[in-house]
Amino acid sequence: MPNQPAATAAPGPLRSRLPTAGWSHRNLLDLEELTAEEISLILDTAVLCKEATAGCRRKIDVLAGSAVVNLFFENSTRTKTSFSLAARRLGADVIDFSASTSSLSKGESFIDTAKNLEAMGIDAVVVRHATPGTPHLLAGHLNVGVINAGDGPHAHPTQGLLDILSIRERLGDLRGLTVGLVGDIAHSRTARSNLWGLTKLGAKVILCGPPTLVSDRWRELGVEISHDLDAILPRCDVLNLLRIQFERQHTSPFPSVREYAHLYAMNRDRLRRAKQDLVILAPGPINRGVEVTADVADCPQSLILDQVTNGLAVRMAVLWLICGARQQAVGQSTDDGAGSRRIV
Amino acid sequence: MASMLIRGGRVVDPSQGIDRIDDLLIRDGLVVAIGQTGSQPLGKVDETIAAEGLVVTPGLIDMHVHLREPGREEDETIETGTRAALAGGFTSVACIPNTEPPIDTQANVEFIRQKAARADTCNVFVVGCVSRERKGKELAEIGQLVEAGAVAFSDDGSPVYDAELMRRAFEYCRMFDKPILAHEEVLELSRGGVMNEGLVSLSLGLKGMPAAAEEVMIGRDLALAEVTGGRLHVMHVSTAHGVDLIRQAKTRGIRVTAEACPHHFTLTDESVRGFDSNFKMSPPLRTAADVEGILVGLADGTIDCLATDHAPHAPEKKLLELDRAPFGILGLETAVGLCVTRLIETGRIGWLRFVEAASQLPAEILGVNRGTLRPGGVADVTLIDPNLQWRVDATQFASKSINSPFDGWTLTGRAVATIVAGRVKYRLR
Repeated sequence: MPNQPAATAAPGPLRSRLPTAGWSHRNLLDLEELTAEEISLILDTAVLCKEATAGCRRKIDVLAGSAVVNLFFENSTRTKTSFSLAARRLGADVIDFSASTSSLSKGESFIDTAKNLEAMGIDAVVVRHATPGTPHLLAGHLNVGVINAGDGPHAHPTQGLLDILSIRERLGDLRGLTVGLVGDIAHSRTARSNLWGLTKLGAKVILCGPPTLVSDRWRELGVEISHDLDAILPRCDVLNLLRIQFERQHTSPFPSVREYAHLYAMNRDRLRRAKQDLVILAPGPINRGVEVTADVADCPQSLILDQVTNGLAVRMAVLWLICGARQQAVGQSTDDGAGSRRIV
Repeated sequence: MASMLIRGGRVVDPSQGIDRIDDLLIRDGLVVAIGQTGSQPLGKVDETIAAEGLVVTPGLIDMHVHLREPGREEDETIETGTRAALAGGFTSVACIPNTEPPIDTQANVEFIRQKAARADTCNVFVVGCVSRERKGKELAEIGQLVEAGAVAFSDDGSPVYDAELMRRAFEYCRMFDKPILAHEEVLELSRGGVMNEGLVSLSLGLKGMPAAAEEVMIGRDLALAEVTGGRLHVMHVSTAHGVDLIRQAKTRGIRVTAEACPHHFTLTDESVRGFDSNFKMSPPLRTAADVEGILVGLADGTIDCLATDHAPHAPEKKLLELDRAPFGILGLETAVGLCVTRLIETGRIGWLRFVEAASQLPAEILGVNRGTLRPGGVADVTLIDPNLQWRVDATQFASKSINSPFDGWTLTGRAVATIVAGRVKYRLR
């Protein structure tokens, strides 16, 4: 058993505040599968974590005895660091596992790699992979919690959650807000996770970019499509400026970076024509001068650094919900039913 | 050799316009007669098969099967693949030459024929490569391959990319009256794709393969077939517009035939939402509108025949990330069940049309002496229980692989006996 029953490492009241009653998922794979209530539950838990850790700076030990593996098949610095720190802030042990240093380079399949880690008695796997659906495949083969830290262009649920938490902190209730997601929608997992999260919470979403990166078919999901940033700018309460993922393209989706920046970069001139209290997000790493000019990235409306803190808070919340529910299940059950049953 | 009476079944043979309850008499591996038991004493019959309640058809022919041997015996062999064919009710298969090495020489054709003879299962008709080493650069020795027994030509797995080479192939094959079986795909449009391009691929963030990638190439090959007078057979057509293009071409008198696969009229790209690579094949699963287009095309004869594109891959190859897993799924052992369930039970086509599409026309397209129960013909016969409900269990397949998206499905209709040249080669237990 990887975990002791909940009581042994209890920090008292904080652990009892974990709102697991509304949480029934073993994994966090994408926001599409969550209800508005479940998304709000994670956000509320993130706020709780933020408060309990003095703004993500102090450590609490609600997950003492749990072990989390960062299983990253694709390079990442910020997300991996954020997950590691979040897990440590909760008192969990963290193991970093990257594909380049592992037996994957010796030909082992990713499922075998994950099963090996599972056999070592871990509680959750944080997985990043270049191929959409890989966390879902792992979840089908493992009995531990699987947290998607980005699967190709498909989903990056904690990024969507931290963006939404940042908006909520600044503007309050999301209902009625208009959020423009600008840029490389085609290859952006951030766009997809934002789209699901925002629409479920009642915001209006506009996807904006050239037709080579913004398909008309998104309309079928009830979102607005625009190829003209200047036209939608005055209506937006929030702009989320998505990075152009040059590395995912076979042929360039626009003639030049210069032309793209001319049409879509958020600069001081555009900022003047936007709402006074416009909020600007960027998931990073940003290409300064492409999606956003340097002065706008650093302006008061920019929440780019809030996003980093909220990333920690959201990841703490997700780890706590998933590992905490697991601890409770293990604590309450002596047979193998709770451990091996797929909760979702 | 022995005689056999298949008694009291519903004999369906579109080549003779027959669809009636009757007896079928076989002697020395040949069909003797249908239904003369009343007027003419039969004498002693060595074996009688009670076929009451069963459909009796000329042996089914799957003209699109990947047997994988030589080169990828871990996925399938000629023996296991043909046993899977028998278990699925097929008395003949045409094997596609994208093996390692590809079937582009007389020696390779001979290898397959010998292996098939040794397996002693169903008939194996050999499809030869269009291009040498299947590289798309120069024609394979098509005349030599015909002499060795090749019945058609294909670089399937890939399109014949050089349009001039394709034109030459059409022209050259006219000399032998052989069809070119074409995999239609513009690779620049489908590059990196793992599924149909559409709302589902957009949602899942998966790279899509647009319908246009298939349709543009169908259009090119129809134009080349028209200009050369060559015979084009469009493999695994998967889009509604592709069916339209073929329909128009037939009206214009272009020598074109086409096949559709059961998965393309049963599943849509919605199935890929589970990220299971058993739903990954090329061309990919399309939309409900495409499924409807194929069903209409099958019913009106635009799509001549049914084929499975049986494409075995060992489990360890399929159990990978979606972009690393290979394209292709099994087809032989679920085809009859899917056709009965999806085509016949739903009233989209009748039994005569089914047998035409699964036996008579494949034989005609390949120019092989099968697909009929005419007296004097080879007694390849399939017995189908049209009402049998059964659960697909991939672990019980005769195939060496298990990559079926239909594992666990309940289907209606199954081959219960498969007879090749008068010998019972398979019986469902």
